[in-house]
Amino acid sequence: MALESPHITASVVAAVEYPDLVQQYRVTGVPKTVVNDHVEILGVEPEASFIDQVVGALA
Amino acid sequence: MDAQNPGDLEAALVGVESAVRLVFFTQTFGCETCLPARQIVDQLASFSDRISVEEFNLVLDKPEVKTYGVQRAPAIAVVGEEDTGIRFYGAPEGHELVSLVEAIALVASRDSGLSDESRARIAGVDQPIDIQVFATPT
Repeated sequence: MALESPHITASVVAAVEYPDLVQQYRVTGVPKTVVNDHVEILGVEPEASFIDQVVGALA
Repeated sequence: MDAQNPGDLEAALVGVESAVRLVFFTQTFGCETCLPARQIVDQLASFSDRISVEEFNLVLDKPEVKTYGVQRAPAIAVVGEEDTGIRFYGAPEGHELVSLVEAIALVASRDSGLSDESRARIAGVDQPIDIQVFATPT
């Protein structure tokens, strides 16, 4: 998604190295995706559903 | 792709068609994984002449830290013709390393590989979206 849009940034965070972030975002399982600090997606989702949820974070 | 098998990683990167810069941010103190991360980045860059590495210091190189918007080290920005906004934080291993290799190949291909519907959906985005994916090696 980041490749498609200049407005979108994407980071992969190695959870093991950042326990403070794991605590802040309450990561209890991976992968856990957090969008704009408030939308959370647990696990792996199909492309269309994932994109809907990510874009939905702007609503 | 097996992250433990350098042959798999090399096979994924050896034929990349356009230049990718791995912009690496390190810090001198308090970063135990910075050296392993740099070694991984160097190894990936060795698989293709089109992959290069630039290193900046999180504390000393303030302009670049601001340009790339990194907040922690080690950090890897995967940059093609333009900054894609793709970042990896921490020394990538296992699944994280596979993701990094796939990101490099993706950026080099200049094609997100997403469906037309997905692209249309994304084209409508006009405000910042920051996606953070928490991962572990296994």
